[in-house]
Amino acid sequence: MATGFLEPLLAAASSSAVAGGDWLAGVRERALRQLERDGLPGPRSEAWKYSSLRALGQRRFEPGDAAAATRNVDAGLLELAGVDAPRLVFVNGSFRADLSRLPSLPGVQLRTLSQELQEDPDRLRGFLDRPHADAADAFARLNTVLAADGPVIRVAAGSVVEPLVHLVNVGASASVDLAWQLRGIVEVGEGASLRLVEHHVGEAGHEHLGNSFSQIVLRAGARLDLLQVQDSPESANLVRRTEASLESDAHLELRSIEAGARWMRHDLAVELSGDRSRFVSRGVFALHGRQHADTRLDVRHTARDTSCDIVWRGVADQRSRGIFHGAIVVAAGADGADAQLSNKNLLLSDQAEINTQPVLEIHADEVKAAHGATVGQLDERALFYLRSRGLSRAEARSLLTLAFCRVAFDSITNAALREHIDAMMLERLPIREDETGQEPASP
Amino acid sequence: MLKIENLHVRIAGKDILRGLSLEVKAGEVHAIMGPNGAGKSTLGNVLAGREGYEVIEGSIHYEGRDLLELEPEERAAAGVFLAFQYPVEIPGVNNTYFLRAALNAQRRRRGESELDSMQFLKRVREKLAVLHLKDELLHRAVNEGFSGGEKKRNEIFQMALLEPKLAILDETDSGLDIDALKMVADGVNAMRDPARAFIVITHYQRLLEYIVPDYVHVLADGRIVESGDKSLALKLEEHGYSWIAERKLAGAA
Ligand SMILES: Nc1ncnc2c1ncn2[C@@H]1O[C@H](COP(=O)(O)OP(=O)(O)OP(=O)(O)O)[C@@H](O)[C@H]1O
Ligand SMILES: [Mg+2]
Repeated sequence: MATGFLEPLLAAASSSAVAGGDWLAGVRERALRQLERDGLPGPRSEAWKYSSLRALGQRRFEPGDAAAATRNVDAGLLELAGVDAPRLVFVNGSFRADLSRLPSLPGVQLRTLSQELQEDPDRLRGFLDRPHADAADAFARLNTVLAADGPVIRVAAGSVVEPLVHLVNVGASASVDLAWQLRGIVEVGEGASLRLVEHHVGEAGHEHLGNSFSQIVLRAGARLDLLQVQDSPESANLVRRTEASLESDAHLELRSIEAGARWMRHDLAVELSGDRSRFVSRGVFALHGRQHADTRLDVRHTARDTSCDIVWRGVADQRSRGIFHGAIVVAAGADGADAQLSNKNLLLSDQAEINTQPVLEIHADEVKAAHGATVGQLDERALFYLRSRGLSRAEARSLLTLAFCRVAFDSITNAALREHIDAMMLERLPIREDETGQEPASP
Repeated sequence: MLKIENLHVRIAGKDILRGLSLEVKAGEVHAIMGPNGAGKSTLGNVLAGREGYEVIEGSIHYEGRDLLELEPEERAAAGVFLAFQYPVEIPGVNNTYFLRAALNAQRRRRGESELDSMQFLKRVREKLAVLHLKDELLHRAVNEGFSGGEKKRNEIFQMALLEPKLAILDETDSGLDIDALKMVADGVNAMRDPARAFIVITHYQRLLEYIVPDYVHVLADGRIVESGDKSLALKLEEHGYSWIAERKLAGAA
């Protein structure tokens, strides 16, 4: 049953020709049928319990952007302090060579999905041919049906890529609301290492729905440092999915900063499938106005002596709503796992809401696990201390709030980048200086 | 400079200050002593503007203004400074950043120009030298992991930097070793000025050998029960607070 939302998108899919082999047509056909059958997850879907899709399901978005290749984009939007080249830019889901910088780097291929679908689609099969059997994965299915472009990055075994690679996803204004899809693939070869920034930005005011799906594979002993900066305009809708699988001794270091978008959902699924693989993550969402952010983390330990260390912070002010679901599953046989998750949240207003659900499932032996979640308010003693030194109530609140968020990014070694994020977060915190000592009313 | 009249303060339904009066003129140093729980910190907190303290009677005037009308940050900009008995640790907020933000916030409020980072650092270095504080503390988060003595010295360092007109030191001497005590006293004495006043809350006569007060008051049962010059501190040291109660009884008889 296709809703008002799905109807035009699926119609577009049935009429478009598919590049790539027969297998791809089959994969897309399957995802299409699944969507037609199940539609968007409804009110009884556990995974979407706190993020109702009712309102979205009634909206209509144009499928993709025919003018994506020629839209003017403010160059300033693409910049990120401390990050230079290489840079891959996608506008409303399409690659823009004219805005990108692709120096040739030994040991790494910086390509695009559209290019690879033309030239060598079979290399993508392992990534694109996924069942997505769960009806909750509607956006992954939709992405499979419609995504035609995205970054494809492959690092050769043993290569250490020095420069930070910058991926920029831009939502650009159009005369209608668009639904754009982006499929990104990152494969880091045996013993290789890569540092990557996934950066979401956009022009103020647009209300597109972006659906960005990244798949990451780290081969044995590989390392990826991934920084995700979600700095979209506060009118945008954004659904993101990050799937990572780690082979033995692989290491994924993730920092995730969630500051923008009106409505956003991020599914982060990490599988520790190789012995001694390790996942470390620091994340934060900071919300205000009527922002809605739902972060759903699923970590699966399926091999021996694997570890994860997760620290996530959430801030909600005004009438915003934040959701953090942190699930860790230690599968049978994944003995010796070490799983640590801490989620602390700050509620800055009576009308804001935060839901946190830590879930821990252990089916193995000799597992060390610690799981904790709290929701609290700013410390009155600290507020008074700062005010007694001259800071206004608003300044004191933003300073303490920023300090609370900093665990997500204070370990970034690139100082210019770290300071940029600090300034970005401060800018996004709504509690600004106000001589009357009153906080600004919600917008 | 400061005139407190018949102040009654209630916390959580409990009357803590019960008719406290005190006048402090510019240039003076007043010491306040008194038993645990007498309300000394309460007085400091009320002066600095902490929430949760209900003033049910009386008044506080500071430089002719009704102090109770002002927000804590307005009091700070007007020159009121409280060195906390228990300074708060604030993880994630850099000490230097905080101090510059505080100083500039005060200056903005007073209509003065803000200090840029060069001017600010120059001022920091001057003041650090007086207190023999390690530079390294400035790069840490506010009070985080500071030893008890370091926290107290950091309070005095902040005072030196912010140059208030009325400084209230709440047991700044508690927990200090003898060298640190001298440094703190040096820091205070270096700031003594005809235009500046101090209220020094302490349990120990020793501090008052270094910071010589013009007046010593005893705060007990929520009010000032005895005032005198510095010799009063010596008598208290010798006889304890019960001596005052007995003397009162004798006087009444
Ligand atoms: N928030 C509060 N709630 C309830 N009672 C309080 C609160 N704050 C202070 N009090 C009480 O008020 C009284 C005075 O406390 P205050 O801290 O002013 O004493 P003090 O004279 O500074 O003592 P000390 O010498 O031990 O520092 C005490 O009995 C204390 O328990
Ligand atoms: Mg006290």
